[in-house]
Amino acid sequence: MKKRKWTTFDIVLTAFMLFMIVITLYPFLNILAISLNNAVDTARGGIHIWPRDFTFANYQEIFGSNDRLLQAFFMSILRTIVGTITGIIASTMLAYVLSRRDFVFNGLVGFLLVLTMFISGGLIPEYMLIRQLGLINDFGVYIWPLLISAFNVIIIRSFMDNLPIALEESAKMDGANDFVIFTKIIIPLCLPVIATIALFLAVMQWNSWFDTYLYARSSEALTTLQFELMKILDNANISSGDITSQNAEVIAGQTNPQSIKMAITIIATVPILMVYPFLQKYFVTGLTLGAVKS
Amino acid sequence: MSFPFVIWLIIFKYIPVAGWVMAFQDYKPQFSIFEQEWVGLKHFKDLFNEPMFYRALENTLGMGILGLVFGTLSAIAFALLLNEVRFLTLKKWTQTISYLPHFVSWVIVANIVITMLSQEGIVNNLLMDIGILDRPINFMAQPDMFWGIVTAADVWKETGWNAIIYLAAMAGVDPQLYEAAKVDGASRWRQMWHITLPSIRPVIIVLLILNIGNLINIGFEKQMLLGNNIVAEKALVIDLYALDYGIGMFRYSFGTAIGIFKSVISVILILICNGFAKRIGEGRVF
Repeated sequence: MKKRKWTTFDIVLTAFMLFMIVITLYPFLNILAISLNNAVDTARGGIHIWPRDFTFANYQEIFGSNDRLLQAFFMSILRTIVGTITGIIASTMLAYVLSRRDFVFNGLVGFLLVLTMFISGGLIPEYMLIRQLGLINDFGVYIWPLLISAFNVIIIRSFMDNLPIALEESAKMDGANDFVIFTKIIIPLCLPVIATIALFLAVMQWNSWFDTYLYARSSEALTTLQFELMKILDNANISSGDITSQNAEVIAGQTNPQSIKMAITIIATVPILMVYPFLQKYFVTGLTLGAVKS
Repeated sequence: MSFPFVIWLIIFKYIPVAGWVMAFQDYKPQFSIFEQEWVGLKHFKDLFNEPMFYRALENTLGMGILGLVFGTLSAIAFALLLNEVRFLTLKKWTQTISYLPHFVSWVIVANIVITMLSQEGIVNNLLMDIGILDRPINFMAQPDMFWGIVTAADVWKETGWNAIIYLAAMAGVDPQLYEAAKVDGASRWRQMWHITLPSIRPVIIVLLILNIGNLINIGFEKQMLLGNNIVAEKALVIDLYALDYGIGMFRYSFGTAIGIFKSVISVILILICNGFAKRIGEGRVF
């Protein structure tokens, strides 16, 4: 490609893109800096993207002396891992069946699935169902209701539709049954789209707090990091919508709720942010493909 | 292999829809759904007589429309500009970074927004440095600013992600069109306006239809997490209303009626938009 001359247009554009990067990253860096700054010092204000009085005390508080937050951290990890694995198994299996042209009820099952994207019972009937199934305060409430998402199945299915059908036919002639075809041929070929959906599922599981709020509020064992953060946020909001100024004088110890909040925010953010750049190339194609088809 | 999933669909997706009958009964938890007393449209009448409901509806539509307009415009504008960046490394980095907020939860975004807008936060500092403000204001305690704050937070979180689809559509535009425009002496702005934008018009319209259909389904997460007692009047949306009055006050039938109202409105909206798109001969959803 021939090198172009930089016009004013390019310079303005570059400046704008740099501005976008700054306004996206600044809030995260600011929170990281506050979480790594001495709590008493933070109350003086003026922390931007660099801690002034560096300390790990806020993190030590979470991982060292607060059993509940530690438990919430592990519950977040557990539900993310279990939910992602079960979700992937369920949606690839369903997508595979739907992609098979020789399956008789293909149309009916597909219709039942797609319809769920447009109608839903709503909050109350869903709550009643979960209660009737005995899933209140049960780990299953994080897994069963979230097992299948029509959107994800459609994306996987449209990927599978593009696989050459001859592969399956030749495997069949070699005596492979449907399960062997599925696990040995289809799954390995679908790895890019599976990676995308795994990311979506993991993000969804890791970020959920409302199901905890609604269905597992009274269970200490099932609390998650997001829910604990939400509770802190809620308490802060009830007092005035702005806690820093009030707490400034009150805090005598090493940490304050504001600093702990920032540290939890970082712990709740970092795991997800570490994976997505690696999967980026998959989800960009996955998302566009899915969107174009549906 | 699909059998267990059909069962799953029926249990988790279709039984709740069947639960709609609750809206026409006086649901009492101690009885089964078949033993309830039928009351016809009583709960719907109650709903339409409730002033709070209209406030919730107004807030939902207000924030929904603001989100739709600014969300769509910012995503298209961002995609258009990003599409013009010739320096590929910058393009890639900007795009990757722009997705970042999409992946964090609303709990975290709400936390970030409240921190940034607090009296010691960067926004107040900046406005004071420039001289627009004399003393810091507590943004989160201004009812009139609540819709704007929610919309801004939404734009910040989702612009990069929403731009993906427009960028993909732009990648499919025939390069010959640009060559021809260049020969005719069109500037970069004119090329964006007369070639890129018209080329992605079908995608824009399909997405608009889908989003308008969901106008009433804006959810409650942002409002619940960003709201507080002071701005409650502006933060009450339909789903929060259903949550507070339905589950919170054990008025299950009333809460279900709210859900049905929402579904009906969203189906009507999507049919209207689809019909409209058909009439003007543009891409449509079905």
